[in-house]
Amino acid sequence: MSFSVPAKLEAEIDELITHYPQKRSASLMLLHAVQEHFGYISKDAVEWIAAKLELQPINVYELVTFYPMFRQQPAGKYVLKVCRTLSCHLGGSHKLHEHFCQKLGLDSHGHGLQTTKDGKFSVEFVECLASCGTAPVMMCNEEFFEGVSNEKADQILEKCK
Amino acid sequence: MPQEYRLILKHADEPGYTPDLECYLRHGGYETLKKALAIAPKTLADGKTVSGPEQIRDDVKLSGLRGRGGAGFSCGLKWSFVDRRSGKPIYLICNADESEPGTFKDRQILHKDPHQMIEGMIISCFANDVKLAYIYIRGEFPEGARILNRALSEARAKNFLGKNILGSGYDLEIHVHRGAGAYICGEETGMIESLEGKRAYPRIKPPYFPAILGLYQCPTIVNNVETLCNVKHVVAMGGAEFSKLGTPNNTGTRIVSVSGHVKKPGYYEVEVGKATIGQLINDFAGGLRDGRKLKAVIPGGSSAKVFKAGEKFKLKKKGPDGKDIEQEVDMLDLPYDFDSLMAAGSMSGSGALIIMDDSTDIVEALANLSEFYAHESCGQCTPCREGSLWMSKALHRLTHGEGRKQDADYLVKIADNIPGGRTICAFGEACSWPVQSFVAKFKDEFVAKGEADEARRAAQNSGAGPTAELKIAASPQH
Repeated sequence: MSFSVPAKLEAEIDELITHYPQKRSASLMLLHAVQEHFGYISKDAVEWIAAKLELQPINVYELVTFYPMFRQQPAGKYVLKVCRTLSCHLGGSHKLHEHFCQKLGLDSHGHGLQTTKDGKFSVEFVECLASCGTAPVMMCNEEFFEGVSNEKADQILEKCK
Repeated sequence: MPQEYRLILKHADEPGYTPDLECYLRHGGYETLKKALAIAPKTLADGKTVSGPEQIRDDVKLSGLRGRGGAGFSCGLKWSFVDRRSGKPIYLICNADESEPGTFKDRQILHKDPHQMIEGMIISCFANDVKLAYIYIRGEFPEGARILNRALSEARAKNFLGKNILGSGYDLEIHVHRGAGAYICGEETGMIESLEGKRAYPRIKPPYFPAILGLYQCPTIVNNVETLCNVKHVVAMGGAEFSKLGTPNNTGTRIVSVSGHVKKPGYYEVEVGKATIGQLINDFAGGLRDGRKLKAVIPGGSSAKVFKAGEKFKLKKKGPDGKDIEQEVDMLDLPYDFDSLMAAGSMSGSGALIIMDDSTDIVEALANLSEFYAHESCGQCTPCREGSLWMSKALHRLTHGEGRKQDADYLVKIADNIPGGRTICAFGEACSWPVQSFVAKFKDEFVAKGEADEARRAAQNSGAGPTAELKIAASPQH
């Protein structure tokens, strides 16, 4: 298998497994750890995690296809997640999503993950990010932004080098 | 005008208040845990001994504390259902999935005052003889997960967690478990499946009541973040004292999230039932934007049935002679508590108000919510999986110029056939209630949209029958 996990990550994973009386429980945490490191969950990664947790690959694969945060293809270096749900909608999230799409040459009608050709940015409409009082909100990778006007959106893009 | 009563968020927004242990200790942190661990067994008149943990459980029952996650179920009663004779370990899961659209209260606690929640959780675990517990935090809170992990290690270092906590002989370990973007994980049995490393397919009840057959088929308690914080205050002030906060059967405080078309959206902690919906909108959240009129309010997170501005309800109230009298109450004058909203046909759910003014396209608002539910249905039960998608498709065409005048009735027909025991979990209700209530209360807008679309198409087809050429091409391409 071409897939190899660095020792540091594997140590982290081994520690995570100890949190649970049953190994299978660690699957989501392992998927997060692997996706954080590799950027996505490859087929090889599914098999590696399954072997690690003494499961069949399907037991892991069915999680990747069920949970929206896991992806099977690499995304852009910066993933912009714009909240789509009602309070943000009332606060202008569609305009914000459109603004990003226009700036980055993506299709504003597409709600799913879209990546720019240079692989630098991905834009995605996501469901409620639980900060409805400061709509519209978004995340840039793990960083969270509130009350995002078009100007603020441009500043966020600006900072992504 | 009622004032905010900050019990849970007492310190969270104070300048200089930080989420670390030192700061929490300076503010009297973990004193309640010490008090809880030190409660001596009590001997009753009949010679029965009541242990410390049992006394805490009784106190929580006495406090009248109701779950702050959505269902508003009595916390003491929930704990009393736990099977303590099975000999199996008992687990506790803190529901930090906060995924009901409109809700952003747990975010404040988790990010600003994590130790308060952890202390409440340790006390709750102690009261229920739990040795291993999890905080299930939604995947979209990566910073929250880091803060919690840091807080847990700090607590471990001071022996508030781990073996023989503060010399009491009680052992407890708590771990953080991250979700990955699925709304259904907020449903407690879905959460349990997810924590077992599976798809979050809710389990059928009976037999899988968490209190009996929960995590790893062991008795399990699932409590919301805010509920667990409340437990700390119940123990600190005593159940009887706690029950004086709020109103009868609606005790304590509640952190209400207000979002949408108001001047000052935000979270406001008030004694339960001491403020009306109108006061929350106008006094706390600054009222509507200038020149705007109220159109609708979703009172308890997106699943709650919508209220229309000007709607009146007949509620029973105790008169001065103790007899029930019926009183007509305007929607804005409903006290924001568990019981009044239920009596008015909706619910206070997760404590989230979404305000819509007269600039709102109500059909679009519902289309937005239905897209959410279609996306989030776990897919286990056919009525919900298919129904939520059909409703979303119908609403998509209504908002994209492809509507029909009968779509309003069509939507209700689908919505009526999803809930009511046809699905394993309450998601069936959650996705139908918005559709049923929006269409019932704003039917003219739905019909008008459909009719306008039909007329436009008829004109375009010039000469052909009004709907003969109707092509239902539009379906969500998202």
